[in-house]
Amino acid sequence: MPANLTYLGVELARPRVAFFELSSCEGCQLQLLNNEATLLDFLSLVEVVRFREGMTEAGDDYAVAFVEGSVTRADQELQLAEIRKKAKVMVAFGSCACFGGVNQLKNRFSDQEWVKREVYGDFHVDTQLARPISDVVKVDLMIYGCPVKKEEVERIVTDLLLGKAINHPKYPVCMECKANENICLFDLGEPCLGPVTRAGCDAWCPSNRMGCWGCRGPADAANIPQMARIMAEHGFSTETLLDRLECFGGFAAHVEEIRKKG
Amino acid sequence: MIFKVFAKDELTRLFEVLSVNRVVGPVQKGLDRKNRPIYSFEVVDNFDDLRLDYPSTLYPAKRYFLPFEETLSSFTLESGSWEKHVDYNVYQPQVMFGMHACDINALNKLDKVLINSVHPTPYYASKRRNMFIIGIECMPQPHCFCRSMGADTVQHGFDMFLTDLGDRYFAEILSSTAYNYLLKIKTMEASETDHQEYRQVVREKSSKFTTHVDTTDLTKILDMEFQADVWKQWGDKCLSCGTCANVCPTCYCYGVQETVDMNLQAATKTKQLYSCNLIDFAEVAGGHNFRPEAHIRLKYRYYHKHRGFVEAFEESLCVGCGRCGESCLANINVPEVIASVRYEE
Repeated sequence: MPANLTYLGVELARPRVAFFELSSCEGCQLQLLNNEATLLDFLSLVEVVRFREGMTEAGDDYAVAFVEGSVTRADQELQLAEIRKKAKVMVAFGSCACFGGVNQLKNRFSDQEWVKREVYGDFHVDTQLARPISDVVKVDLMIYGCPVKKEEVERIVTDLLLGKAINHPKYPVCMECKANENICLFDLGEPCLGPVTRAGCDAWCPSNRMGCWGCRGPADAANIPQMARIMAEHGFSTETLLDRLECFGGFAAHVEEIRKKG
Repeated sequence: MIFKVFAKDELTRLFEVLSVNRVVGPVQKGLDRKNRPIYSFEVVDNFDDLRLDYPSTLYPAKRYFLPFEETLSSFTLESGSWEKHVDYNVYQPQVMFGMHACDINALNKLDKVLINSVHPTPYYASKRRNMFIIGIECMPQPHCFCRSMGADTVQHGFDMFLTDLGDRYFAEILSSTAYNYLLKIKTMEASETDHQEYRQVVREKSSKFTTHVDTTDLTKILDMEFQADVWKQWGDKCLSCGTCANVCPTCYCYGVQETVDMNLQAATKTKQLYSCNLIDFAEVAGGHNFRPEAHIRLKYRYYHKHRGFVEAFEESLCVGCGRCGESCLANINVPEVIASVRYEE
């Protein structure tokens, strides 16, 4: 493993990075390990000091913290504050960390005690509403997706190292879906949030004939009223629209507005 | 112009002769939710896969000339130095087997910008110059308004153009390449009967247009209506998703990105087709966005197609294929937008 990296003759420091997980499936971290073809290149770019899925050691000296998962317990708030103190760059890693993710679906129920009983029975678990990590600490960078797209993570880490600006696509998934020359899922009778969801996934789901559920949150110019009209015009109920918009938490503000209107 | 006729069976023979090259043509890609076939331009190995009577395709054949994403150059990086490699990404001649007049007209318009301009782009030119194009006559669909845009017939930009006369094809020969290829199959001189039947097809086509766009004085009207409220109304519908540009046979706007490989040993410069409706299309260094609102971006799309391009080239950048309107989930389409700007509705 090289101690120092060079790019065009310029020495670059290998940042010390750590991975953490709050309430999540840890599937985003698994995406990184899964990419065996490029795993060694990735490991030569950064120095991993903590990665529960990949190593036994757990160091506390790191510059970049990748945090997966949403905040659902009081002790996680303390843990986050501690990580924030040590990390120069705080990365919300995946939809749970960015928006609350699938976990925040439980927030829909007004009686949280009932939710606890349904899920955990008599076993006591100290669990609260699921929140994005930005509710607790300042976040420097969001990496969207459920799961994250490994190629995108690798590009972002490379750009971080080179000091390049990190830019997410501002346009919706339709742009990438059309570039793949897919048949529009609405033409095939499927609902899809592609017209309003932030791209960057290369239209992963629609290209496999599965309508978008909005895991990457809203695009910069998400036209939600028009999305609602399109769903209705294709025979899908407001509930179907809301189910999708609520699934990952990225559209929370829009959902609230639709519910208010009734 | 040379005209020939040949029996339909002979087209299979022509396909075989041409298929030493890569052949691209219309095939059925699937069915929509109402069980209507969806057509697409794909690489064809078997003549029987071709659907030369296709009504229209969802996407134009643009990706064979102007791919959505294309590597412009790659770099190998060595300690303190680098080497650049340029490849125009043309590996073999291509045959376009069965393009409609609108799509060939679209290529002729792209040629004006991408080949015959001050800064030609070799990536497009090399593909365009290594292309053998067989056009095929079509019947207008409900969304077609190519006649209004003067793109329902095509004068140049192809090698051969076929019209189906029932049991035979009427062939219009434009290039010596096409003439020489036709020597390899059995053809006949076009007779007066063939001419008559050809004119009959032309008349039938003319009678079938149902959608029209009034382009009279359109550049002036667009100038007058720059501040019109209708733009705001269309803008409210627009999803800013770029679908119209991606299905447009003439949209060529793009962005360029540079990426460094994870091993820091190589880098790539990539071109990606972009759309003027995307929110950051007119965002400049420093972050200022000249067109932050959807209706302004949509308006400029129409101004480029129907005003700016007309001023520069005396013709519109729209061929009236109607694909943008067919694909737009918000139901924004050229005939209705232009009619509303003219206060015809």
